[in-house]
Amino acid sequence: MLEIKDLKVSFTDDWGGEAVDGASLRMNAGERLGLVGESGSGKTMLALTVAGLIPRSRTEVTGEILFEGADLLKRKPKELRSLQGKDIGMIFQEPMTSLNPLMRIGKQIEEALKLHTGLCAQRRREKALEVMELVELPEPELTYAKYPHQLSGGQRQRAMIASAFITDPKLLIADEPTTALDVTVQGQIIKLLKRLNENRGVGILFISHDLSVIRKLCTRVAVMHAGKIVEQGNTEDVFTNPQHEYTKRLIAAIPTREKRSR
Amino acid sequence: MQGKRNYNLILGAAITAVMLSLILSGLIRTPHDPNKINAGNSLSAPSAQYLLGTDNFGRDILSRVIIGAGSTLYVAAATVAIGALAGMLIGGLTGYFGGWVDELFMRAGDIILAFPSILLALVLISLIGPGRNNIIIALGIMFIPSFARVVRGEYVRCRELDYVHSARIIGTGNMRIMFVHILPNAAPVILRAIAIGFNNAVLAEASMSYLGLGVQPPDASLGRMLSESQSYLFSAPWYALSAGIAIVLLILGFSLLGEGIGARDNA
Repeated sequence: MLEIKDLKVSFTDDWGGEAVDGASLRMNAGERLGLVGESGSGKTMLALTVAGLIPRSRTEVTGEILFEGADLLKRKPKELRSLQGKDIGMIFQEPMTSLNPLMRIGKQIEEALKLHTGLCAQRRREKALEVMELVELPEPELTYAKYPHQLSGGQRQRAMIASAFITDPKLLIADEPTTALDVTVQGQIIKLLKRLNENRGVGILFISHDLSVIRKLCTRVAVMHAGKIVEQGNTEDVFTNPQHEYTKRLIAAIPTREKRSR
Repeated sequence: MQGKRNYNLILGAAITAVMLSLILSGLIRTPHDPNKINAGNSLSAPSAQYLLGTDNFGRDILSRVIIGAGSTLYVAAATVAIGALAGMLIGGLTGYFGGWVDELFMRAGDIILAFPSILLALVLISLIGPGRNNIIIALGIMFIPSFARVVRGEYVRCRELDYVHSARIIGTGNMRIMFVHILPNAAPVILRAIAIGFNNAVLAEASMSYLGLGVQPPDASLGRMLSESQSYLFSAPWYALSAGIAIVLLILGFSLLGEGIGARDNA
């Protein structure tokens, strides 16, 4: 479904530098793919590039991003937008800032419908309540009219997932969606993503530096280092039998009970 | 909000309410005809008939203060409206899109800000001529850069926030992002800028009419009253005081109101 070939993203402004340096990645439809790497390895830039969110005036992008066979980089911005709005959804790390503080939750969840479909207000509301139910937001009718500050962090992340999910996308990019949450809520969100993937067939590109989270959620994993994908394969294979030197070090760095007791 | 009461807000609202009701009632009726000359009764002290006394032409000062304050308020409001609307548009576009357009407008703004604004307004007035509407145009242009700057800052801050990203990824158009998503979030800062800008506009209007470039005689204006009263500062101090205090109250009311609103938002 998604294939990235030799993607390079570099900044053209004064600071320069290559954020993504020849990354290649394959993702099948309905797959849960984890993308791991340390801070600054370029994983977020990769995701933003796929989502079309990097400023074109300040960056240079080469390579190919094939989404269902068509190269996203060759499309006109307008086409890209409508495609992305419908087929690609994205959720972010910080549930505090990823919702507009002055817009009611329900309205934000509906926004994509308003832009991409001709549905009337009544139908949009019904759909929004439906997805809110789906992501297990409590009391959808009441939550619909609330503002973000009235929700907890986990609920906000659920609201984000609902707004990304309302158009039934084929690909959901999740950029560290659990990093800012505490561990119990993390577990709930991961369960939710897993369920959405299994029931709705949405492919999930899950970006994280937290290997344990990736191991719990993803079927395949790609390891990113210094702008390149150094290794990819089935999660268990990569974890039990890492091939690349960097992956070995990364896995060795996971704290375990034995190491902790030392 | 609990505990401490917001005295700024209360006092500001009270002063502004009194001034506004005086000005509004002045639109319908003033105690005396503000322009009626009564040579036999010039520079009379405050009395039951003329609450603030009369000026050198025997005109009722209270009526003239009310009309003059109304005219000042009108000029200030129109000036701020021009400055804020154009500033929001320019600041929004430059802050949101950035790039060379941003540079162009901001450097143009620097040029305008580099001159003392009164001086530049004087140049403009000498080009288009004195009068109330021309003052509004000249001052309005003077006020654009400062508003544009404030608004631009907010847009620069907001454009990289995640909720703007999420709006963009679901395919929201630039205009909708700018005005539906970002603008409400920039509103508190813009409102405060308007409160400050309003005070500056009141002062600027008063200075312009003090110099005789604003409202033309015989119509009343606070600045002109100040300049006329100068010659009678010792024989009729109530003349200068009335006009001066009216300006002070107008500004004080709005700046307290602005601070009160700011304090409430931060609480």
